[in-house]
Amino acid sequence: MTMQIADSVSLSAPDARARAHAAAARNNLRTEPKAVRIVIIALAVIFLTMFVVLPLALVFAQAFSRGVLAYLSALADPEALSAIKLTLVVAAISVGLNLVFGLVAAWAIAKFEFSGKTFLITLIDLPFSVSPVISGLVFVLLFGAQGYFGGWLRDHDIQILFAVPGIALATTFVTFPFVARALIPLMQEQGTQEEEAAISLGASGLQTFFRVTLPNIKWGVLYGVLLCNARAMGEFGAVSVVSGHIRGETNTMPLLVEILYNEYQFVAAFAIASLLAMLALITLIAKTVLENHLDEGHDASEH
Amino acid sequence: MGLTLSWLTLIILIPLAGLFLKSLELSPEQFWNILSSRRTLNALRVSFGLAFAAACVNLVMGSIIVWALVRYRFPGRRIFDAIVDVPFALPTAVAGVALTALFAEKGWLGAPLAALGIKVAFTPVGIFVAMIFIGIPFVVRTVQPVLQDIDPEIEEAAGSLGASRWQTIIRVILPSLGPALLTGLALAFARAVGEYGSVIFIAGNLPNVSEIAPLLIVIRLSEFRYADATAIAVVMLVVSFVIIFAVNRLQRWAQSRIPVR
Repeated sequence: MTMQIADSVSLSAPDARARAHAAAARNNLRTEPKAVRIVIIALAVIFLTMFVVLPLALVFAQAFSRGVLAYLSALADPEALSAIKLTLVVAAISVGLNLVFGLVAAWAIAKFEFSGKTFLITLIDLPFSVSPVISGLVFVLLFGAQGYFGGWLRDHDIQILFAVPGIALATTFVTFPFVARALIPLMQEQGTQEEEAAISLGASGLQTFFRVTLPNIKWGVLYGVLLCNARAMGEFGAVSVVSGHIRGETNTMPLLVEILYNEYQFVAAFAIASLLAMLALITLIAKTVLENHLDEGHDASEH
Repeated sequence: MGLTLSWLTLIILIPLAGLFLKSLELSPEQFWNILSSRRTLNALRVSFGLAFAAACVNLVMGSIIVWALVRYRFPGRRIFDAIVDVPFALPTAVAGVALTALFAEKGWLGAPLAALGIKVAFTPVGIFVAMIFIGIPFVVRTVQPVLQDIDPEIEEAAGSLGASRWQTIIRVILPSLGPALLTGLALAFARAVGEYGSVIFIAGNLPNVSEIAPLLIVIRLSEFRYADATAIAVVMLVVSFVIIFAVNRLQRWAQSRIPVR
């Protein structure tokens, strides 16, 4: 870094001139001319408004375009109610599963050293970057009529695809990384000293976990669960592939949005969409609050 | 440790292995024929090409947004900082219908654009727009903490030694943001390539023109052409694995470069 600075500065300049230059520069050492500042802020604000604020505002504008009554009656529709119920059930299952796994995985990765760690982390991250459609496809290949377990499932009369278990599985796959990813950096930072102290004082492994580790990471756990839940309720691509779109039975809220939209029932589609948008907004607010808590914990541990 | 591995195996590895096993049932020749068919090639081209273009836009606009959020104070800054995450938190189907209504010919932004002769919804431009939307948080959130952590003294040193502001940014700040920028670009790209929900509503989904690869997988599945779906999926999966692996290596490398405080 220092070499690069030296490169760009001519050291042979006369002393007086360099000093004058430096004095003038000190005022704007870390900022730009006002015109540049305004242009950059304007670009950022316009871009975010166009691509984020307007779509969000439009969801609510469309949902209420025929008044509050039309909005409420769209939400009270039996199809809407069953979609809301299914979404809640599926989210509860997949968040629960991933909470347990996330804790264990983060523990293993943060507190122990072993080879192939990057590979393992990559595997955990994979659902983040793999297309949601592929996440659904893998379960069709496993459990579909022509899939590897398809025949066995049919013989035993177990329905996974086009039913709640399939939707829950696909959602669990897609939301797999959230809890683990929220906890790994936190646990890495905290190190293993406290646990070692607890164990040397005679605590058992489980006692150490519940009494020492868990209290230290509780905000991180909540943070992971929050994001995991938001994604679980909003997942579309993976669920769309495995659900079979059976009305009133295997439609989650995002799938119902698609169906209503394609049937030109815009008010109803955007009414359901507005619930999901509110979920997103509440999640973001809660996330900001949690991040403040996490920062506080961070500061406290540094002092 | 054992529990981690078995859970990982159950939820991630077995399904993925199933995908690869399925693709092994195809002879190399069949595999190649599926991939080199005109429709598949065009779908892959649309997905990868537009995703890369959108990721580049995100890289530039994301850097501008990060700079404004970190370095300047303006009214509503905290709100704008918070809404950067909206594309990440908003369910993709909701984003899809909202963007479509926004950019449709009679939409809030679609109408003025149509007056200028630019058609966005139901064209490849629409896919591009949706991919930009979905990628914003990735660049901003990877670069923001790094820019915040840059020691002000380095910049002051460069400036007081006579470097112009522009020189300081290009030769001092940009190099330290490099790994974060690359990571953000890769993450935005990976997300846009596989994106389905927010794209299909606005895309128009015309085969060979505005049909993305994930949609082609869904179409092949509904036609019970599992082999075709699997072959396309394997290609996309390998690409995303390589990207994420590279990103994780990049992160570890960047961490090892910065001395621990």
